[in-house]
Amino acid sequence: MSAARTRIPVAGVAESLLVFLAIMALWWLASHQEWVSKVFLPTPEATLASLKEGLFDGALVGNSVDTINRMLLGWLLASLFGIALGAMIGISATARAWLQPTLEFIRPLPASAIMPLAISIFGLNASMVLFVVAFGSMWPVLLATVHGFATVQPRLREVADALQMSRAMFSWKIALPSAMPDILAGMRLSMTVSLIIAVVGEMIASQSGLGQAVLLAARSFRASELFAGVVLLGAIGFAANALLALAEKKLLRWQRP
Amino acid sequence: MLATLLRWLRPFVFPAILIGVFELYTRRVAAYSDTLAPPSAAVRAFVDALFQGDILSATGFTLMSAGIGLALAFVAGAGLGIVLGLSPRAARMSFFSIEVFRPIPSVALIPLAMLVFGFGVSMEVSVVAFATFWPILILTQAAARQVEPILLEVSQALQLSYFQQVWKITLPSMLPRLFVALRQGVAIALVVAVTVEIVANPHGMGYAIMIAQQSMEPALMLAWLFWIGIVGYVVNELALLLQRCMAQRMGGRP
Repeated sequence: MSAARTRIPVAGVAESLLVFLAIMALWWLASHQEWVSKVFLPTPEATLASLKEGLFDGALVGNSVDTINRMLLGWLLASLFGIALGAMIGISATARAWLQPTLEFIRPLPASAIMPLAISIFGLNASMVLFVVAFGSMWPVLLATVHGFATVQPRLREVADALQMSRAMFSWKIALPSAMPDILAGMRLSMTVSLIIAVVGEMIASQSGLGQAVLLAARSFRASELFAGVVLLGAIGFAANALLALAEKKLLRWQRP
Repeated sequence: MLATLLRWLRPFVFPAILIGVFELYTRRVAAYSDTLAPPSAAVRAFVDALFQGDILSATGFTLMSAGIGLALAFVAGAGLGIVLGLSPRAARMSFFSIEVFRPIPSVALIPLAMLVFGFGVSMEVSVVAFATFWPILILTQAAARQVEPILLEVSQALQLSYFQQVWKITLPSMLPRLFVALRQGVAIALVVAVTVEIVANPHGMGYAIMIAQQSMEPALMLAWLFWIGIVGYVVNELALLLQRCMAQRMGGRP
């Protein structure tokens, strides 16, 4: 994830922007020359116009806010439960031995596959979507926390023993800070997952949000609105990832020499 | 003897308890429910579906779409990744565009794929390919950048052409890492394929579980859920095995 983050000199930024502009120009040309049918590929101007219209009349703003709310709330729940459960499992070698195989088995299960079960239990509504978002994005945090708690340095354990710390004190004062890099990386991954599942949930359960807006636009062949929605979703994903990367850097500053 | 047997059984204890509680709950408390069924009924539904051939054909469709999408993404992503990894200039130039397109959630493209391809294999393949392209690109780029500089100097001394250098020096030395990228791709491909089927595409395992829910067949729905879990686990383990095998044979770090 951080592999692409290399230091870029100023000349590099200009070149980089030029390449992006070239791609946009190619899009402009392809849509105006109708190399690709306008039904699928709207012109950049039409996309911008749809974006502007949606943002000014508030429809896209409302949808974005709904999707962001769903994503953030699900992510917060996932982080809370993921860290709590992960700490409980990760702190004890016995719990890990008995539970970890089950966790590893559930990890590759597509979160969206839980959705039919959630629909049968909760019905087609917002709380169902929130449950699936939280459940699906809990795994990255949970497994990262288990890993972080399991790999606390033995020396630190000895220090805690020498200080006669209780298990709860040990978790809070030693294990949690030392597991923080793992946990934050897990939380970043889980933010990506929560946006994806929020969009899927909106599409399936027809809950208001960008997912539903994009699907409706496609069904009525309004390609420019579809593209406007995709652009906004990309922007949300970009912003969420950038903010978390920044937070990670700030929170982990103590680790660097 | 007994101790080894116990250790071997240990991973299954917790799932067994869960399934047992669920079985009791659905038999006693939620009997005659339209939404939940006991696991034993799910097993029966699974066997029925297996004999009717539904399981095999749906699983085949999902795995095939995921496989084709992953293959396309791997060729494109690894190819571009090697070029960008070998040339810092090309990496700088594409940096901004990659960072702009990469965060687009793959599922947002499902409606677009529907519009362009209609339902079927191609729409699913296209979404899977988009989703797996980015992680493969990033991981390959990092792998190509980490090729020993001495090896590249050797290739310069030998006056190898660009393609010869890629084929004879870069590719072999980054092979283990290439398989790490492939394994990441496998994990994502299957998840995205099932998601596309659940959201839109009327084929495959995702559609089967959706239909089982909509037609109020909770036993069949649970059967599909377990099956999707098992398929996902087996496919991921196989990919991990392949990655470890390659790492061992090529002598690289895993």
